Amino acid sequence: MPAAQPAPLTLVPPAADAAPRTIVDVRNLTLTYQAADHPVYALSDVSLSISKGDFISLIGPSGCGKTTLMRVVADLEQPTSGEVTVNGMTPEQARLKRAYGYVFQAPALYPWRTVERNVMLPLEIMGLPRADRQQRAREQLDLVGLSGFERKFPWQLSGGMQQRVSIARALAFNPDLLLMDEPFGALDEITRDHLNLQLTRLWLGTRKTCIFVTHSIAEAVFLSTRIVVMSPRPGRILDVIDCDRDLPRERTLDIRESPEFQRIAHRVREGLMEGHSYDD
Amino acid sequence: MSRSTMPRPIMAPWPLVMLAAPLLPFAAQDGAALYLPQLPVALALFALTVATILARRLPGSALGEALLLLAGVAAAYAAPLLLLNQGNALAQAGGLWIYVAGATLLLWRVLALLAGIAGPVRLAGPALFGLALVMLWEILTRGFQVPTILLPPPSLVATAFAANAADLWDDFRQTVLISVLRGYLIGCGAGFLVAILADRVPFLARGLLPLGNLASAVPVVGIAPIMVMWFGFDWQSKAAVIVVMTVFPMLINTLAGLQSADRIQLDLMRSYGAGYWRTLAMLRLPCALPFLFNGLKINSTLALIGAIVAEFFGTPVVGMGFRISTQVARMNLDVVWATIAVAALTGSLLYGALALAERHVTAWHPSFRKR
Repeated sequence: MPAAQPAPLTLVPPAADAAPRTIVDVRNLTLTYQAADHPVYALSDVSLSISKGDFISLIGPSGCGKTTLMRVVADLEQPTSGEVTVNGMTPEQARLKRAYGYVFQAPALYPWRTVERNVMLPLEIMGLPRADRQQRAREQLDLVGLSGFERKFPWQLSGGMQQRVSIARALAFNPDLLLMDEPFGALDEITRDHLNLQLTRLWLGTRKTCIFVTHSIAEAVFLSTRIVVMSPRPGRILDVIDCDRDLPRERTLDIRESPEFQRIAHRVREGLMEGHSYDD
Repeated sequence: MSRSTMPRPIMAPWPLVMLAAPLLPFAAQDGAALYLPQLPVALALFALTVATILARRLPGSALGEALLLLAGVAAAYAAPLLLLNQGNALAQAGGLWIYVAGATLLLWRVLALLAGIAGPVRLAGPALFGLALVMLWEILTRGFQVPTILLPPPSLVATAFAANAADLWDDFRQTVLISVLRGYLIGCGAGFLVAILADRVPFLARGLLPLGNLASAVPVVGIAPIMVMWFGFDWQSKAAVIVVMTVFPMLINTLAGLQSADRIQLDLMRSYGAGYWRTLAMLRLPCALPFLFNGLKINSTLALIGAIVAEFFGTPVVGMGFRISTQVARMNLDVVWATIAVAALTGSLLYGALALAERHVTAWHPSFRKR
C-alpha cells in the first residue's frame, strides 16, 4: 500500500481572526418515531453549531442518535421539531445543491462500475464533461493513495481500500461539508490507524468541515477539533469537549501517548459512563 | 500445454469386460448363432478395440491416448451397424452387446482424459457424449428392432428431416421467427413496463399482481382455444397466448429486481439529489439485471411451449404444433421427432444465447466473478 502524500486540493490560509462562519446550525432538534407499542425518542432537544473548518466527532453508545443527527443534517431523515440549517439553507436545499459528501458505514460502491467510474458517479449526476470527470476522479484517487487501481472493480479491493474509494467519491465534487458515519467501523485496528492518519492529513490539506460518527474514543480524540458526547434514551448531547486548545492541529499517531490526549480521552469516557445506564 | 505431460491416471479395469464377449454369439442368421471367428468384419473391429486398449500408454500425451481409445470406441459402435447391414439379427447377440457395453465404459475413460486437458479441447467432451448417446440410440433401436411408432432410430429421423426440410423450415419460420419472437418481445416488454409503472404507482402493484397471478395460473390448453377464437388462426393468437404466459414471470422478476438495491445505495443517490428516473437508470436497473435475465430465460422456454400448444387449436396449415398434431394422426412419427428436434434445438439456442448475454452483461455479479 503506497504511503499517502496527499497534495492539497485547495490551500486555504489559516482561518482569519474574524468569527468563523457557521456551516451547520442545529436548534432544539427533536425526532421521535412510533415503534410497535411506544414512541422512541431518537433525538431530544439537541442544539449544536458547527463552524467552517471544524472536525466534529459524534460519540456515544448505540441508539444515542448520533447517526440520526447526521442523517437529519443530510436530509435523509425528517425531524419532528426543531430547526436545522446547512450553509444557511434548509437541509433539503443543501442536499439538492450538493453541499455535502456522505461516507456511509459500508463503502456502498456499485459493483458494475470500476473504481474510477464509482468516483465519477456524483460528477456524472452533476453533468460534468467526461474529461473533467476523469481528471477529478484521478486526483481524488491519488489523494487517498489509490493511484493505479482506477480500472479495478470494487470487489477486487480490500475493505480498507473500498472505504478509501468511497471517501474519494465523497470528495470528488468538492463539497464544503463531509459527513462520515462510522466509515472505519468494520476495519481492523491497524488499517483503521492508517486511515485515521490519512484522514487527518486530508482534512488539514483541504480544510473541509467534517462531521464524524464513531464509537471509538481514541479515534474521536485523535481526529477532532471538538467532540460531542451523546447518550441514549432519549438521544441527547451530554458534553462538548474542545480538543483544539490542548492538541496541535497537525497530529501523528504517537500523540495518543501524550498526557493531554489521555486527559481528553478520560473526559470522554467519563461522559459516556455518566450517560450510560447498565440496567439494560 | 504443460498439463499433458503430467502423469495420467491409471485406467479402471471395467472396459475389459469385453474380453468375455467372444464366449457368446455375436450375431444370428436364419436362427443360427454366429460366433466371432465366423464374422471377419466383427473380428477385425474387436481386435482393433482390444489393440487400442493394450497400446494406450504408447502416445506421449493425454490427448493422444484419448484419440487412440476413441478409435477403439468408434470400431465397437460401427460393428453392430455393419452386422445389421449384412442382414444379421442382433437381438440374441449377447457377445456383441457385451462388446458395445465395454466400449461405452471405454468412452468414459476418453471423456475423463479430455476433461483434464486445458483449452478448447475440453468442449469436445460434451459433444462426444451427445454423439455417443445418439449412436447408442441408433444401435439399440435397430439391434432390438424397436417399432418405429414407439421410437424411430435417429437415422430415420434424419432422413425425415432431409425429406421434409422445406416444410420444417416453413414451420420454424411461422412458429419461431413470427409467433414466438413477436409474442416474446411483446410479453417481456409489457411485463417490464408494467413493473416500472407498478413501482412508480404502488397501488397499481397491489391491484395488478393478483390479476397477473390469475392470468398466469390459467392453463395454456384452456386459454389457447379462446385466443384462437379472439385473434384468428394466424400468429396473433399465438402471440397472445405467449403474452399471457410471459407477462407475469417478467413482471414479478422485474419488481423483485427493482427492490434489490441496498438502502445505503439508495441513500447515496438521494444525497446526490438524484431523482426517480436517474436513480432508476444508474442504480436500480443495474441491480435488477440478474433478475431481468432470470425472467427472460424462464420466458424463452415458456414462449416456445405456448406457441406450439396454441397451434394445436388452429393455424394456417403451417407451424410446429400443426405439424406435430397432423403427423401424429398419420402415424408419421419420424416427422414428429424431426419437429421435436427442431423445437429442442431452438429452445436450447435461445436459452444459451440469453445465458451468454447474461454472463457478459452481469460479469460483476458474485455468481460470475473471477471466472
